[in-house]
Amino acid sequence: MKFKTFFWFVAPSVFMMLLFIAAPLVSVFIQSFQVTQPVMQRIEVETCTPGFLTQTCTTEVKTVPTIDDVTGKTITTTSWVGLQSYRNVLQMDKVWEAVSNGSFRDILQIDFWRALRFTLMFTLLTLPLVIGVGLMIALAVNNAAKSLKGPVIFVSLLPFIITPVIGSLSIYWLFVGDGILTATLERWTGQDIAMFAQAWTIELLMYFYRVWHVAPFAFVIFYAGLQTVNMDTLESAIIDGANRFERLRYVIVPHLMPLIIFIALIHLMDSYRAFEEIVGFRSQAHVISLQWLTYDFMVPDDAGNRAISRASASAMLTMIGIVLLLILPLRRTWRDHKGGAH
Amino acid sequence: MSGKATAQPLSLKVASGAFLAFWCLLAAFPIVWIAVMSFKSPRDAFAASAWDVITGPATRAAGNGLSILDIVVGLAFLFFAIRWAFTGLPKLVTRFSPPGVIVLGWLVGAAVFGIAFVLIFFGILPPVLGAINSILGPLGDPIIGLTVEHYQAVWGENQFYRNFMNSMIVTAGVVTISLTVGTLAGYGLARSGSSLAFWLLILALVFRALPHSVLVAGYLPWFINSAEILRPIFGELSPTLYGQPWAVIAVLVSINQPFTIWMLRSFFQNIPAELDEAARVDGCSHFQAFRRVIMPVMWPGVITTGLFSFLLGYNDFLVTSLLLDAQNQTMVPAIAGYFNRETTTTDQVEAVAAAVSITAPLFLLVMVFQRQIVSGLTAGAVKG
Repeated sequence: MKFKTFFWFVAPSVFMMLLFIAAPLVSVFIQSFQVTQPVMQRIEVETCTPGFLTQTCTTEVKTVPTIDDVTGKTITTTSWVGLQSYRNVLQMDKVWEAVSNGSFRDILQIDFWRALRFTLMFTLLTLPLVIGVGLMIALAVNNAAKSLKGPVIFVSLLPFIITPVIGSLSIYWLFVGDGILTATLERWTGQDIAMFAQAWTIELLMYFYRVWHVAPFAFVIFYAGLQTVNMDTLESAIIDGANRFERLRYVIVPHLMPLIIFIALIHLMDSYRAFEEIVGFRSQAHVISLQWLTYDFMVPDDAGNRAISRASASAMLTMIGIVLLLILPLRRTWRDHKGGAH
Repeated sequence: MSGKATAQPLSLKVASGAFLAFWCLLAAFPIVWIAVMSFKSPRDAFAASAWDVITGPATRAAGNGLSILDIVVGLAFLFFAIRWAFTGLPKLVTRFSPPGVIVLGWLVGAAVFGIAFVLIFFGILPPVLGAINSILGPLGDPIIGLTVEHYQAVWGENQFYRNFMNSMIVTAGVVTISLTVGTLAGYGLARSGSSLAFWLLILALVFRALPHSVLVAGYLPWFINSAEILRPIFGELSPTLYGQPWAVIAVLVSINQPFTIWMLRSFFQNIPAELDEAARVDGCSHFQAFRRVIMPVMWPGVITTGLFSFLLGYNDFLVTSLLLDAQNQTMVPAIAGYFNRETTTTDQVEAVAAAVSITAPLFLLVMVFQRQIVSGLTAGAVKG
């Protein structure tokens, strides 16, 4: 295909991606070094309160935002502040203080480090669970009767298709307050349980939710992969005396390895962006994630201000994290592709 | 699997069957449960005992419920309606729709079926059954509590139908633009073997990894201040991009482009290159070959990608909640609004009813398009 034809075919898509993905990255980078603040002016304000015979008036000097006469909005200035926003987000001075005191728990009081810890643990702990559960479901469905496979796949797809916010809400409603599952747990253990009052129970529920949500995706892919297992290899393994577990470990899993890497890559990308769980479980006070932190900076507060600069700083730090996380799997894929091409 | 060597012992079969049953229960339970909760009065919906939630005593006491007759007639009607939808409706559609526009015929047929179903099931059956129930006396008493007052509150008083229309507009826009732009790019990437194509795909993969909040942080200030920024070009008519559905559509299309072009590229690779090569030998340019030869056969892949685009647009929360204001909000961020309003248990059950309303179309989608979803998930992985 000539370059010109290729160019015109991919141009609309590439243009949209550059405009709404590449350009914002540059914009975020620049914004993280700036702060936009309203221009304040000091004006004299006279307040009079009614007195008995005469009014008592006091004059005081107040600082108020300047309002533009033409547009009616507050005038703002944007100034370069260097790494100030990064410092606000990371709060490294408190971190060094905590390290020198030896009290590492204090580091987790800072929002960013709390979010980082949760996001990393969430991503790395749910990965083996998702792959394991997906593989088990795929093996079990492979064993099932033919007439059952359709309905079972239908039911298995539901957690994957449902809106993430609603999926986490449905689990929230099962456990909140005296929900039926909490009541059952209380009956078994004999104690009062509040699932949403402390961080570790909320985190467990979030891990459960993520595995519930992504296991169908892993299941469908593994199930397709299981259909293409080489029967000859399997039979020669049986002749060599391998038992069922050894067959799984030495024939089936290596056959599925490219799919495992694919699922791992997609799962790393997606769970690093964990966000809807925080919204659905309403855990902002206890558990937050990196993407939620950036989102929270961008939501206007009561006065209508958005902390764009801190949001940009937090977004850049989040992006550095995902790049670091993905370097290893991507390098392996790159090496495989180069090896395959030659 | 052949022969006795690969035959499984009974214990393994029983164990795998039990695990599968457990997984199916786990997968469906939360969704089915919130559907059950949404039809009960607030005290029943959040009752501590599961039996109370299912039977709904407080709802029954208030007079809202289903008697045995209601349940039998309702289930029979549902069964026959669904069966006819899968057997009789296709025949009618193929008979009455003009040749070549069978998609239009299906849309009309589905819409007519849906409207007729809603009219009969919610409009005609309740009064008729209500009359019969009052005649039957004790046999017509409700045995399972059921009330639709929450749905009426959500859709009527809280005007959820507006959010529904917004969701439909945004999702339709996302799907059509995404597919148009993506098919062209996917075809170009599939047919060109150049290393530039490969690098574009890797770049798309990197873009797919970016958290969406990073991107929205980039253009939020631009959107909010767009009126002043664009003033030199458009003068007084410069738009404020914040809160505009079409701006959100553009953003969602672009954010999901990497995923779309990867999926469409793998579908186009499955269409043999000989097809368009034969067309080009006959004198067509690349674009004409695409339009005449590839477009008729690309629909299965396009439908599958369209499904995933629909899901991404419909389920999105972050972009729509940050870039849309209260008037134009789609359904999913509107649920978050219910939390702020949530002070009583009634509000909570209304939030449950809203959540079930959002999930119902997805449920239908999986039922109708299950095969396409499965093939879409595996196409990218197994072959790519």
